[in-house]
Amino acid sequence: MPKTMSVLTARCGRIRPDSVKEYVATGGFEAFRKALAMEPMEIINEVMDAKLLGRGGASYPAGKKWKQLYEIPTFPKYIVCNADEGEPGTFKDKVLLEKDPLLVIEGMLIAGYVFDSHDGYIYIRGEYREIQRIFQAAIANAESAGFLGDNICGTDFSFRVHIVSGAGAYICGENSGLLNSIEAKTGRPRVKPPHLAEVGLFSMPTLVNNVESFAGIPVILSMGGKQFLELGSENSGGTKLICLSGNVNNRGTYEIPMHGVTLRDIIYDPELGGGIPDGKELKFFHLGGQSGPIGFPHQLDTVYSHDALKKVGLSVGSGAVVVLDESVCIIDYLKKVADFFIHESCGKCVPCREGNRQIRLILQKFSDGVATMQDFERLERLSLTMAMASSCGLGQAATTALDSCLIHAREEFIAHINGVCPVCFNSRKNGDTYAY
Amino acid sequence: MANQFEMQITKILDEQGRDQQKLLSILLDIQKASGKNYISEEAAEIVSREMGIPLVKLYDILTFYAMLETKPRGRFLIEVCNNAPCYVSKSDRIAQFLRQELGINFGQTTADGLFTLQYMPCVGACDIGPVIKIGDRVYGNLTEEKIRKILSDLTNNLEG
Repeated sequence: MPKTMSVLTARCGRIRPDSVKEYVATGGFEAFRKALAMEPMEIINEVMDAKLLGRGGASYPAGKKWKQLYEIPTFPKYIVCNADEGEPGTFKDKVLLEKDPLLVIEGMLIAGYVFDSHDGYIYIRGEYREIQRIFQAAIANAESAGFLGDNICGTDFSFRVHIVSGAGAYICGENSGLLNSIEAKTGRPRVKPPHLAEVGLFSMPTLVNNVESFAGIPVILSMGGKQFLELGSENSGGTKLICLSGNVNNRGTYEIPMHGVTLRDIIYDPELGGGIPDGKELKFFHLGGQSGPIGFPHQLDTVYSHDALKKVGLSVGSGAVVVLDESVCIIDYLKKVADFFIHESCGKCVPCREGNRQIRLILQKFSDGVATMQDFERLERLSLTMAMASSCGLGQAATTALDSCLIHAREEFIAHINGVCPVCFNSRKNGDTYAY
Repeated sequence: MANQFEMQITKILDEQGRDQQKLLSILLDIQKASGKNYISEEAAEIVSREMGIPLVKLYDILTFYAMLETKPRGRFLIEVCNNAPCYVSKSDRIAQFLRQELGINFGQTTADGLFTLQYMPCVGACDIGPVIKIGDRVYGNLTEEKIRKILSDLTNNLEG
């Protein structure tokens, strides 16, 4: 069985990204034409059959989200694509935006048709300025070819896609923060409920999906929801784009079916990661971005799917797979994670704003060799408090990685309490500046 | 000079339209055109007036988004990714080397006003880490030699 597939990425690198002609010649907009002949509820049923779980990181069932919005009788409705890909270790949306933007546009267009919406917004992070230009060109070409604008394909359906740029704020990846940012406000998350399906962009019902989720929509309509489900596992259909980085030979984005490919395959198979460089041993791996869990070698034979990973306390998240070898000190790594969340916390709620700082301070005590068992317990308690009391997903998930390590790498914390970390000791002796 | 910059801002506003959704994009363009990678009070006042956004709200935004800055920076903004994936690809060595080459610390600007050194969060280029970003361009798989060349190219283009 092949370990990689080209379903979402079938066109990537094979056509000129902004060319409608080449897109159509390779089957583009056929799914949309098919949609035009279907009832909106039939389309939603296909998405539900496909069991597409949201690809942004939270894995919320897309079909369920669509059905909820469909049942709300208020108009206008807005379609929003979350392209604020900021989860460290994640660069898969970039591939789709850069190499097949029209697939994402077609996904948004189908959603527009289903919800009788006339305006779609794609929020692309400010760091992807060049990609915004490619995407703008794709929109312009789709407009001149009659796939966006008024009376699309001779129907009375009108739909436009607008690009909104971010300007460097990870919190805007949170859907309600993102909507605030589109409305020219600071990107702090909103208090929920009301949910975005009821009160979203400009206080109207809104659908927010990730880039990869939208890209999946034309694919689902083309092959049928049931077929799409077969590419994945029991409760989660489709292929997944994964991003390999860190201490691994073949870094990059890969598309894999979500059944039959294990974490070991992802890291060691020559078709995928190709193993660890310089003959070093795997120490741990970080899944789904900084807010995801950390896995250890004893979990390597787990199949990469939402179902199987969940059983061992791991998750798919955004699709990031950061591989770390034996030369990385877990405490040092967790300090990096904490630094990230200190920088990105919007500061609105106390558990997240202060919790991340305290975690960083306690971890430093471990590095300095002055931590005690009480500090270990403090980390456990603080992490639980943040997960329960933070106002949005950022604070709630900021200590997911720490939690995995407190469970599976307890010995390394104890070693630091006892003042012996072989990794830190050796690397400092070699002149590396790991601790800073 | 002031008038010239004002004309540049008006041009950016005309090109992008004055829709509020374009605000961040407009501010990024103005920042780029400023030559010093920042939004001056003067520029903020023009945007506030032209787009009908109260100045206090504009400053709320300018100080919230990490890519926007209200104090002058160098002509070239060199940003080093210090997130975990780049960290394990030895981004700290790159950071150290840049500090040495430019003779400044992070958060500082060289005396000639050419370079500012900053950290940035992940730019989604972990497959080519360690990476730096200068302007809109990302440079990856960096070595000391590559950095030397990038810096000298930037300086030479300026003279040419």
